Amino acid sequence: MSFSIYDFTSLTQSVDQALKNSLSPTWALIIEMVIVGLIFLMFYALLGLFLVYAERKICAFIQNRLGPNRVGPLGLFQTIADLIKLLMKELIYIKQADKLLFNLAPFIVIIASFMAIAAIPFAKGLHAIDLNIGIFYIMAVSSLGVVGILLAGWSSNSKYSLIGAMRSGAQIISYELSVGLSLLSIVIFSGTMQISGIVESQADAWWIIKGHIPAIIAFLIFLIASTAETNRGPFDLAEAESELTAGFHTEYSGIKFAFFFLAEYMNMFIVAAIATTVFLGGWMPFHIPGLLSFNTVMDYIPPVVWFMGKTAFIIFIMMWFKWTFPRLRIDQLLKLEWKYLLPLNLINILVIAFVVLMGWYLH
Amino acid sequence: MNSESLVLFFLLGVILVGGAILFSSFVAPKSWNPVKMEPYECGIPVKSGAWIQFNVGYYLFAIIYLIFDVETVFLFPWAVVMKDLGMTAFIEIIIFFFILALGLLYAWKKGALKWV
Repeated sequence: MSFSIYDFTSLTQSVDQALKNSLSPTWALIIEMVIVGLIFLMFYALLGLFLVYAERKICAFIQNRLGPNRVGPLGLFQTIADLIKLLMKELIYIKQADKLLFNLAPFIVIIASFMAIAAIPFAKGLHAIDLNIGIFYIMAVSSLGVVGILLAGWSSNSKYSLIGAMRSGAQIISYELSVGLSLLSIVIFSGTMQISGIVESQADAWWIIKGHIPAIIAFLIFLIASTAETNRGPFDLAEAESELTAGFHTEYSGIKFAFFFLAEYMNMFIVAAIATTVFLGGWMPFHIPGLLSFNTVMDYIPPVVWFMGKTAFIIFIMMWFKWTFPRLRIDQLLKLEWKYLLPLNLINILVIAFVVLMGWYLH
Repeated sequence: MNSESLVLFFLLGVILVGGAILFSSFVAPKSWNPVKMEPYECGIPVKSGAWIQFNVGYYLFAIIYLIFDVETVFLFPWAVVMKDLGMTAFIEIIIFFFILALGLLYAWKKGALKWV
Protein backbone atom coordinates (compact mmCIF):
# COMPACT_ATOMS: atom_id res chain seq x y z
CA MET A 1 0.00 0.00 0.00
CA SER A 2 1.27 3.44 -0.85
CA PHE A 3 -0.74 5.47 1.63
CA SER A 4 2.16 5.91 4.01
CA ILE A 5 2.64 9.63 3.34
CA TYR A 6 -0.96 10.32 4.31
CA ASP A 7 -1.12 7.97 7.29
CA PHE A 8 -2.18 9.80 10.43
CA THR A 9 -1.76 6.84 12.77
CA SER A 10 1.91 7.54 13.47
CA LEU A 11 1.23 11.25 14.00
CA THR A 12 -1.51 10.70 16.56
CA GLN A 13 0.48 7.96 18.25
CA SER A 14 3.58 10.13 18.57
CA VAL A 15 1.55 12.97 20.05
CA ASP A 16 0.02 10.46 22.45
CA GLN A 17 3.46 9.10 23.41
CA ALA A 18 4.97 12.56 23.88
CA LEU A 19 2.17 13.56 26.20
CA LYS A 20 2.34 10.33 28.17
CA ASN A 21 6.11 10.65 28.59
CA SER A 22 6.05 14.20 29.89
CA LEU A 23 2.90 14.09 32.00
CA SER A 24 1.02 11.79 34.33
CA PRO A 25 -1.54 9.53 32.56
CA THR A 26 -4.53 11.46 33.89
CA TRP A 27 -3.22 14.81 32.66
CA ALA A 28 -2.17 13.35 29.34
CA LEU A 29 -5.69 12.03 28.86
CA ILE A 30 -7.24 15.37 29.82
CA ILE A 31 -4.98 17.32 27.44
CA GLU A 32 -5.68 14.88 24.62
CA MET A 33 -9.38 15.24 25.23
CA VAL A 34 -9.14 19.03 25.21
CA ILE A 35 -7.21 18.98 21.92
CA VAL A 36 -9.62 16.56 20.26
CA GLY A 37 -12.58 18.47 21.69
CA LEU A 38 -11.37 21.81 20.34
CA ILE A 39 -10.67 20.34 16.91
CA PHE A 40 -14.12 18.78 16.71
CA LEU A 41 -15.86 21.93 17.98
CA MET A 42 -14.10 24.00 15.32
CA PHE A 43 -14.81 21.42 12.65
CA TYR A 44 -18.45 21.22 13.67
CA ALA A 45 -18.95 24.97 13.66
CA LEU A 46 -17.14 25.52 10.35
CA LEU A 47 -18.97 22.66 8.69
CA GLY A 48 -22.32 23.98 9.91
CA LEU A 49 -21.56 27.46 8.57
CA PHE A 50 -20.36 26.09 5.25
CA LEU A 51 -23.29 23.71 4.75
CA VAL A 52 -25.88 26.43 5.38
CA TYR A 53 -24.09 28.66 2.88
CA ALA A 54 -23.81 25.82 0.35
CA GLU A 55 -27.49 24.99 0.66
CA ARG A 56 -28.51 28.61 0.07
CA LYS A 57 -26.24 28.94 -2.93
CA ILE A 58 -27.34 25.64 -4.47
CA CYS A 59 -30.98 26.44 -3.80
CA ALA A 60 -30.49 29.83 -5.47
CA PHE A 61 -28.73 28.21 -8.41
CA ILE A 62 -31.56 25.72 -8.92
CA GLN A 63 -34.18 28.45 -8.64
CA ASN A 64 -32.24 30.75 -10.98
CA ARG A 65 -31.48 33.34 -8.31
CA LEU A 66 -28.22 34.81 -7.02
CA GLY A 67 -28.44 33.69 -3.40
CA PRO A 68 -26.48 35.41 -0.62
CA ASN A 69 -23.93 37.78 -2.18
CA ARG A 70 -23.76 40.90 0.01
CA VAL A 71 -21.87 40.00 3.19
CA GLY A 72 -18.23 39.30 2.38
CA PRO A 73 -16.89 37.96 -0.90
CA LEU A 74 -19.59 35.93 -2.69
CA GLY A 75 -21.70 36.24 0.45
CA LEU A 76 -19.40 33.86 2.32
CA PHE A 77 -19.92 35.64 5.65
CA GLN A 78 -23.70 35.62 5.37
CA THR A 79 -24.05 32.62 7.68
CA ILE A 80 -21.78 34.22 10.29
CA ALA A 81 -23.93 37.34 10.16
CA ASP A 82 -27.02 35.19 10.56
CA LEU A 83 -25.45 33.41 13.52
CA ILE A 84 -24.69 36.72 15.25
CA LYS A 85 -28.24 37.86 14.57
CA LEU A 86 -29.69 34.66 16.04
CA LEU A 87 -27.48 35.00 19.13
CA MET A 88 -28.89 38.49 19.74
CA LYS A 89 -32.51 37.42 19.45
CA GLU A 90 -34.73 37.01 22.48
CA LEU A 91 -35.28 33.46 23.75
CA ILE A 92 -39.06 33.36 24.06
CA TYR A 93 -40.57 31.00 26.63
CA ILE A 94 -44.05 29.63 26.32
CA LYS A 95 -46.05 30.01 29.50
CA GLN A 96 -47.82 26.64 29.24
CA ALA A 97 -44.73 24.77 28.02
CA ASP A 98 -42.90 22.10 29.97
CA LYS A 99 -39.84 24.19 30.88
CA LEU A 100 -37.38 21.37 31.55
CA LEU A 101 -38.11 19.36 28.40
CA PHE A 102 -38.42 22.51 26.30
CA ASN A 103 -34.86 23.48 27.24
CA LEU A 104 -33.55 19.93 27.08
CA ALA A 105 -34.61 19.24 23.48
CA PRO A 106 -31.90 21.28 21.64
CA PHE A 107 -29.26 19.60 23.82
CA ILE A 108 -30.41 16.14 22.78
CA VAL A 109 -30.42 16.79 19.04
CA ILE A 110 -26.94 18.35 19.13
CA ILE A 111 -25.47 15.69 21.44
CA ALA A 112 -26.82 12.94 19.17
CA SER A 113 -25.09 14.47 16.14
CA PHE A 114 -21.85 15.00 18.06
CA MET A 115 -21.74 11.41 19.22
CA ALA A 116 -22.36 10.17 15.70
CA ILE A 117 -19.60 12.35 14.26
CA ALA A 118 -17.16 10.79 16.73
CA ALA A 119 -17.12 7.51 14.81
CA ILE A 120 -16.60 8.90 11.31
CA PRO A 121 -13.19 8.16 9.74
CA PHE A 122 -11.78 11.14 7.84
CA ALA A 123 -8.54 9.44 6.86
CA LYS A 124 -6.38 6.54 7.97
CA GLY A 125 -5.89 7.03 11.70
CA LEU A 126 -7.88 10.26 11.63
CA HIS A 127 -10.97 9.22 13.54
CA ALA A 128 -11.85 9.90 17.15
CA ILE A 129 -13.20 6.47 18.07
CA ASP A 130 -12.90 3.25 16.12
CA LEU A 131 -15.40 0.97 17.83
CA ASN A 132 -15.63 -2.66 16.78
CA ILE A 133 -19.39 -2.17 16.37
CA GLY A 134 -18.95 1.18 14.58
CA ILE A 135 -21.84 0.97 12.10
CA PHE A 136 -24.21 -0.26 14.76
CA TYR A 137 -23.09 2.50 17.11
CA ILE A 138 -23.69 5.22 14.51
CA MET A 139 -27.17 3.85 13.84
CA ALA A 140 -27.91 3.81 17.55
CA VAL A 141 -26.78 7.33 18.38
CA SER A 142 -28.05 9.01 15.23
CA SER A 143 -31.52 7.75 16.03
CA LEU A 144 -31.36 9.46 19.44
CA GLY A 145 -32.07 12.73 17.63
CA VAL A 146 -35.71 11.77 17.22
CA VAL A 147 -36.10 11.87 21.01
CA GLY A 148 -35.06 15.53 20.92
CA ILE A 149 -37.52 16.26 18.13
CA LEU A 150 -40.39 14.50 19.92
CA LEU A 151 -39.58 16.32 23.17
CA ALA A 152 -39.38 19.67 21.38
CA GLY A 153 -42.73 19.15 19.75
CA TRP A 154 -44.55 17.83 22.76
CA SER A 155 -43.14 20.21 25.37
CA SER A 156 -44.01 23.33 23.37
CA ASN A 157 -47.71 22.69 24.07
CA SER A 158 -48.55 23.99 20.63
CA LYS A 159 -50.67 22.12 18.11
CA TYR A 160 -48.37 22.72 15.16
CA SER A 161 -45.39 21.50 17.13
CA LEU A 162 -47.17 18.39 18.31
CA ILE A 163 -48.35 17.40 14.83
CA GLY A 164 -44.89 18.08 13.42
CA ALA A 165 -43.19 16.02 16.11
CA MET A 166 -45.58 13.09 15.74
CA ARG A 167 -45.10 13.01 12.00
CA SER A 168 -41.38 13.25 12.45
CA GLY A 169 -41.41 10.40 14.94
CA ALA A 170 -43.43 8.13 12.63
CA GLN A 171 -41.22 9.06 9.70
CA ILE A 172 -37.84 8.69 11.37
CA ILE A 173 -38.56 5.36 13.01
CA SER A 174 -40.00 3.99 9.77
CA TYR A 175 -37.08 5.00 7.60
CA GLU A 176 -34.55 3.95 10.17
CA LEU A 177 -35.36 0.35 9.30
CA SER A 178 -34.36 0.92 5.72
CA VAL A 179 -31.19 2.73 6.76
CA GLY A 180 -30.23 -0.11 9.07
CA LEU A 181 -31.01 -2.88 6.59
CA SER A 182 -29.17 -1.21 3.71
CA LEU A 183 -26.09 -0.77 5.92
CA LEU A 184 -26.50 -4.40 6.93
CA SER A 185 -26.08 -5.47 3.32
CA ILE A 186 -22.57 -4.05 3.26
CA VAL A 187 -21.81 -5.65 6.61
CA ILE A 188 -22.60 -8.98 4.93
CA PHE A 189 -20.14 -8.16 2.16
CA SER A 190 -17.31 -6.94 4.36
CA GLY A 191 -17.94 -9.26 7.32
CA THR A 192 -17.19 -6.62 9.94
CA MET A 193 -18.98 -3.81 11.71
CA GLN A 194 -15.79 -1.92 12.53
CA ILE A 195 -15.69 1.20 10.38
CA SER A 196 -11.96 1.06 9.72
CA GLY A 197 -12.40 -2.58 8.71
CA ILE A 198 -15.15 -1.70 6.26
CA VAL A 199 -12.95 1.00 4.72
CA GLU A 200 -9.95 -1.37 4.51
CA SER A 201 -12.09 -3.94 2.71
CA GLN A 202 -12.57 -1.41 -0.10
CA ALA A 203 -8.88 -0.89 -0.83
CA ASP A 204 -9.08 -2.57 -4.23
CA ALA A 205 -12.48 -1.22 -5.25
CA TRP A 206 -15.47 0.38 -3.56
CA TRP A 207 -18.37 -1.80 -2.43
CA ILE A 208 -20.73 -0.13 -4.84
CA ILE A 209 -18.51 -1.41 -7.65
CA LYS A 210 -17.52 -4.73 -6.09
CA GLY A 211 -21.06 -5.56 -5.02
CA HIS A 212 -22.56 -4.51 -8.38
CA ILE A 213 -26.39 -4.64 -8.66
CA PRO A 214 -27.43 -5.54 -5.07
CA ALA A 215 -24.98 -2.99 -3.65
CA ILE A 216 -26.34 -0.30 -5.96
CA ILE A 217 -29.89 -1.13 -4.86
CA ALA A 218 -28.79 -0.92 -1.22
CA PHE A 219 -27.08 2.41 -1.91
CA LEU A 220 -30.20 3.88 -3.52
CA ILE A 221 -32.36 2.67 -0.64
CA PHE A 222 -29.88 4.19 1.81
CA LEU A 223 -29.93 7.50 -0.07
CA ILE A 224 -33.74 7.71 -0.02
CA ALA A 225 -34.11 6.49 3.56
CA SER A 226 -31.39 8.71 4.96
CA THR A 227 -32.89 11.76 3.27
CA ALA A 228 -36.13 10.90 5.03
CA GLU A 229 -34.38 10.18 8.31
CA THR A 230 -32.81 13.62 8.39
CA ASN A 231 -36.23 15.25 7.76
CA ARG A 232 -35.03 16.72 4.52
CA GLY A 233 -35.90 17.08 0.92
CA PRO A 234 -39.25 15.82 -0.25
CA PHE A 235 -39.70 14.21 3.17
CA ASP A 236 -39.67 17.36 5.32
CA LEU A 237 -43.18 16.80 6.64
CA ALA A 238 -42.09 17.49 10.19
CA GLU A 239 -41.59 21.15 9.33
CA ALA A 240 -43.87 21.51 6.34
CA GLU A 241 -43.97 25.29 6.39
CA SER A 242 -47.05 25.61 4.18
CA GLU A 243 -49.23 23.70 6.63
CA LEU A 244 -47.42 23.51 9.99
CA THR A 245 -45.64 26.90 10.22
CA ALA A 246 -42.33 25.29 11.21
CA GLY A 247 -43.39 21.97 12.68
CA PHE A 248 -41.68 20.82 15.84
CA HIS A 249 -39.60 24.01 16.30
CA THR A 250 -42.44 26.51 15.82
CA GLU A 251 -42.10 27.81 19.38
CA TYR A 252 -38.31 28.01 19.47
CA SER A 253 -36.59 31.32 18.89
CA GLY A 254 -33.10 32.73 18.72
CA ILE A 255 -30.17 30.42 19.26
CA LYS A 256 -32.32 27.46 20.30
CA PHE A 257 -33.94 27.49 16.90
CA ALA A 258 -30.47 27.77 15.37
CA PHE A 259 -29.47 24.49 17.02
CA PHE A 260 -32.35 22.58 15.45
CA PHE A 261 -31.36 24.13 12.15
CA LEU A 262 -27.71 23.24 12.68
CA ALA A 263 -28.56 19.68 13.74
CA GLU A 264 -30.42 19.16 10.47
CA TYR A 265 -27.33 20.08 8.48
CA MET A 266 -25.00 18.06 10.67
CA ASN A 267 -27.24 15.03 10.35
CA MET A 268 -27.11 15.48 6.61
CA PHE A 269 -23.32 15.48 6.80
CA ILE A 270 -23.34 12.39 9.01
CA VAL A 271 -25.54 10.32 6.71
CA ALA A 272 -23.53 11.47 3.69
CA ALA A 273 -20.33 10.50 5.50
CA ILE A 274 -21.77 7.07 6.35
CA ALA A 275 -22.83 6.55 2.74
CA THR A 276 -19.31 7.50 1.69
CA THR A 277 -17.68 5.21 4.23
CA VAL A 278 -19.85 2.20 3.57
CA PHE A 279 -20.65 2.34 -0.13
CA LEU A 280 -18.12 4.67 -1.73
CA GLY A 281 -14.95 3.49 -0.06
CA GLY A 282 -14.53 6.14 2.66
CA TRP A 283 -11.14 7.79 2.27
CA MET A 284 -9.95 5.14 -0.22
CA PRO A 285 -8.98 6.60 -3.60
CA PHE A 286 -10.75 5.51 -6.76
CA HIS A 287 -8.97 2.44 -8.05
CA ILE A 288 -9.48 0.43 -11.20
CA PRO A 289 -8.10 -3.08 -10.67
CA GLY A 290 -5.25 -3.69 -13.12
CA LEU A 291 -4.47 -0.09 -14.07
CA LEU A 292 -1.38 0.38 -11.93
CA SER A 293 -0.28 3.82 -13.16
CA PHE A 294 -3.78 5.25 -12.83
CA ASN A 295 -4.06 3.90 -9.30
CA THR A 296 -0.70 5.41 -8.33
CA VAL A 297 -1.79 8.86 -9.54
CA MET A 298 -5.01 8.52 -7.56
CA ASP A 299 -3.02 7.61 -4.44
CA TYR A 300 -1.35 11.04 -4.46
CA ILE A 301 -4.63 12.80 -3.75
CA PRO A 302 -4.87 12.97 0.06
CA PRO A 303 -7.51 10.68 1.62
CA VAL A 304 -9.14 13.60 3.42
CA VAL A 305 -9.82 15.19 0.04
CA TRP A 306 -11.30 11.94 -1.23
CA PHE A 307 -13.48 11.59 1.83
CA MET A 308 -14.74 15.17 1.89
CA GLY A 309 -15.18 15.21 -1.88
CA LYS A 310 -17.37 12.13 -1.90
CA THR A 311 -19.32 13.37 1.11
CA ALA A 312 -19.85 16.75 -0.56
CA PHE A 313 -21.09 14.97 -3.67
CA ILE A 314 -23.73 13.06 -1.68
CA ILE A 315 -24.71 16.21 0.21
CA PHE A 316 -25.15 17.93 -3.14
CA ILE A 317 -27.44 15.13 -4.32
CA MET A 318 -29.51 15.46 -1.15
CA MET A 319 -29.81 19.21 -1.66
CA TRP A 320 -30.76 18.58 -5.26
CA PHE A 321 -33.54 16.26 -4.02
CA LYS A 322 -34.87 18.92 -1.72
CA TRP A 323 -35.12 21.64 -4.34
CA THR A 324 -36.44 19.41 -7.12
CA PHE A 325 -39.12 17.10 -5.76
CA PRO A 326 -42.49 18.19 -4.31
CA ARG A 327 -43.21 17.21 -0.73
CA LEU A 328 -44.89 13.86 -0.10
CA ARG A 329 -48.04 13.40 1.95
CA ILE A 330 -47.69 11.45 5.20
CA ASP A 331 -49.65 8.46 3.86
CA GLN A 332 -47.53 8.36 0.71
CA LEU A 333 -44.43 8.61 2.85
CA LEU A 334 -45.33 5.67 5.06
CA LYS A 335 -46.55 3.66 2.07
CA LEU A 336 -43.23 4.19 0.31
CA GLU A 337 -41.35 2.82 3.29
CA TRP A 338 -43.52 -0.04 4.49
CA LYS A 339 -44.88 -1.32 1.18
CA TYR A 340 -41.97 -0.69 -1.17
CA LEU A 341 -38.60 -0.01 0.47
CA LEU A 342 -38.85 -2.50 3.33
CA PRO A 343 -39.89 -5.59 1.30
CA LEU A 344 -37.39 -4.64 -1.40
CA ASN A 345 -34.71 -4.30 1.24
CA LEU A 346 -35.48 -7.69 2.79
CA ILE A 347 -35.33 -9.38 -0.61
CA ASN A 348 -32.12 -7.51 -1.42
CA ILE A 349 -30.50 -8.82 1.76
CA LEU A 350 -31.37 -12.39 0.77
CA VAL A 351 -29.94 -11.73 -2.69
CA ILE A 352 -26.75 -10.34 -1.17
CA ALA A 353 -26.44 -13.32 1.17
CA PHE A 354 -26.79 -15.58 -1.86
CA VAL A 355 -24.27 -13.56 -3.88
CA VAL A 356 -21.77 -13.74 -1.03
CA LEU A 357 -22.41 -17.45 -0.65
CA MET A 358 -21.75 -18.13 -4.32
CA GLY A 359 -18.86 -15.66 -4.43
CA TRP A 360 -20.40 -13.67 -7.29
CA TYR A 361 -18.69 -10.44 -6.33
CA LEU A 362 -15.20 -9.00 -6.78
CA HIS A 363 -12.89 -10.23 -4.03
CA MET B 1 -8.87 6.95 21.52
CA ASN B 2 -10.84 4.50 23.57
CA SER B 3 -14.57 4.16 23.92
CA GLU B 4 -14.61 6.03 27.23
CA SER B 5 -13.86 9.16 25.22
CA LEU B 6 -17.49 9.04 24.09
CA VAL B 7 -18.06 11.03 27.26
CA LEU B 8 -15.99 13.77 25.61
CA PHE B 9 -18.37 14.02 22.67
CA PHE B 10 -21.33 14.06 25.01
CA LEU B 11 -19.70 16.93 26.89
CA LEU B 12 -18.90 18.78 23.66
CA GLY B 13 -22.60 18.85 22.81
CA VAL B 14 -23.47 20.09 26.28
CA ILE B 15 -20.76 22.76 26.14
CA LEU B 16 -21.72 24.01 22.69
CA VAL B 17 -25.45 24.28 23.36
CA GLY B 18 -25.14 25.37 26.99
CA GLY B 19 -22.46 27.95 26.19
CA ALA B 20 -24.39 29.46 23.33
CA ILE B 21 -27.63 29.66 25.30
CA LEU B 22 -25.79 31.21 28.26
CA PHE B 23 -24.09 33.76 25.99
CA SER B 24 -27.37 34.50 24.27
CA SER B 25 -29.13 35.05 27.59
CA PHE B 26 -26.63 37.84 28.34
CA VAL B 27 -26.71 39.66 25.01
CA ALA B 28 -30.29 39.04 23.92
CA PRO B 29 -33.01 41.51 24.86
CA LYS B 30 -35.73 40.48 27.27
CA SER B 31 -39.21 41.85 27.39
CA TRP B 32 -42.32 40.46 29.00
CA ASN B 33 -45.66 40.36 27.34
CA PRO B 34 -48.56 37.99 28.12
CA VAL B 35 -49.47 37.53 24.45
CA LYS B 36 -45.92 36.74 23.43
CA MET B 37 -45.81 33.82 25.85
CA GLU B 38 -48.72 32.06 24.23
CA PRO B 39 -48.13 29.27 21.72
CA TYR B 40 -48.52 30.27 18.09
CA GLU B 41 -51.94 29.73 16.55
CA CYS B 42 -52.05 32.00 13.51
CA GLY B 43 -52.70 35.01 15.72
CA ILE B 44 -56.10 33.94 17.06
CA PRO B 45 -56.55 33.46 20.84
CA VAL B 46 -55.27 30.06 21.94
CA LYS B 47 -57.95 27.44 22.59
CA SER B 48 -56.81 24.88 25.20
CA GLY B 49 -53.41 23.19 25.11
CA ALA B 50 -51.97 20.56 22.83
CA TRP B 51 -51.63 17.82 25.44
CA ILE B 52 -54.60 15.82 24.32
CA GLN B 53 -55.42 12.26 23.28
CA PHE B 54 -53.79 11.66 19.93
CA ASN B 55 -54.59 9.65 16.82
CA VAL B 56 -53.53 6.03 17.26
CA GLY B 57 -52.35 5.87 13.62
CA TYR B 58 -48.83 6.90 14.56
CA TYR B 59 -48.56 4.38 17.39
CA LEU B 60 -49.37 1.39 15.20
CA PHE B 61 -46.37 2.21 13.05
CA ALA B 62 -44.27 2.55 16.17
CA ILE B 63 -45.28 -0.95 17.31
CA ILE B 64 -44.49 -2.54 13.93
CA TYR B 65 -41.22 -0.62 13.92
CA LEU B 66 -40.33 -2.12 17.28
CA ILE B 67 -40.65 -5.65 15.88
CA PHE B 68 -38.47 -4.88 12.90
CA ASP B 69 -35.92 -2.96 14.89
CA VAL B 70 -35.37 -5.88 17.27
CA GLU B 71 -35.03 -8.05 14.18
CA THR B 72 -32.29 -5.72 12.87
CA VAL B 73 -30.42 -6.24 16.13
CA PHE B 74 -30.56 -10.00 15.49
CA LEU B 75 -29.46 -9.56 11.88
CA PHE B 76 -26.25 -7.63 12.56
CA PRO B 77 -24.35 -10.45 14.31
CA TRP B 78 -25.60 -12.79 11.58
CA ALA B 79 -24.26 -10.46 8.90
CA VAL B 80 -20.80 -10.42 10.48
CA VAL B 81 -20.44 -14.21 10.51
CA MET B 82 -22.37 -14.87 7.29
CA LYS B 83 -19.22 -15.45 5.22
CA ASP B 84 -17.77 -17.97 7.66
CA LEU B 85 -20.91 -19.99 8.31
CA GLY B 86 -21.89 -20.20 4.64
CA MET B 87 -24.88 -22.35 3.71
CA THR B 88 -26.10 -22.90 7.29
CA ALA B 89 -26.43 -19.16 7.86
CA PHE B 90 -28.18 -18.70 4.53
CA ILE B 91 -30.83 -21.35 5.20
CA GLU B 92 -31.41 -20.06 8.72
CA ILE B 93 -31.90 -16.50 7.52
CA ILE B 94 -34.41 -17.68 4.91
CA ILE B 95 -36.47 -19.28 7.72
CA PHE B 96 -36.06 -16.13 9.82
CA PHE B 97 -37.17 -13.88 6.98
CA PHE B 98 -40.09 -16.18 6.16
CA ILE B 99 -41.49 -15.77 9.68
CA LEU B 100 -40.80 -12.04 9.52
CA ALA B 101 -42.48 -11.66 6.16
CA LEU B 102 -45.53 -13.46 7.52
CA GLY B 103 -45.68 -10.84 10.26
CA LEU B 104 -45.42 -8.00 7.78
CA LEU B 105 -48.06 -9.59 5.54
CA TYR B 106 -50.37 -10.01 8.54
CA ALA B 107 -49.99 -6.34 9.46
CA TRP B 108 -50.50 -5.41 5.82
CA LYS B 109 -53.71 -7.47 5.48
CA LYS B 110 -55.03 -6.15 8.79
CA GLY B 111 -54.68 -2.66 7.39
CA ALA B 112 -52.09 -1.56 9.94
CA LEU B 113 -49.96 -0.06 7.19
CA LYS B 114 -52.81 1.99 5.82
CA TRP B 115 -52.99 5.59 6.85
CA VAL B 116 -56.23 6.44 8.62
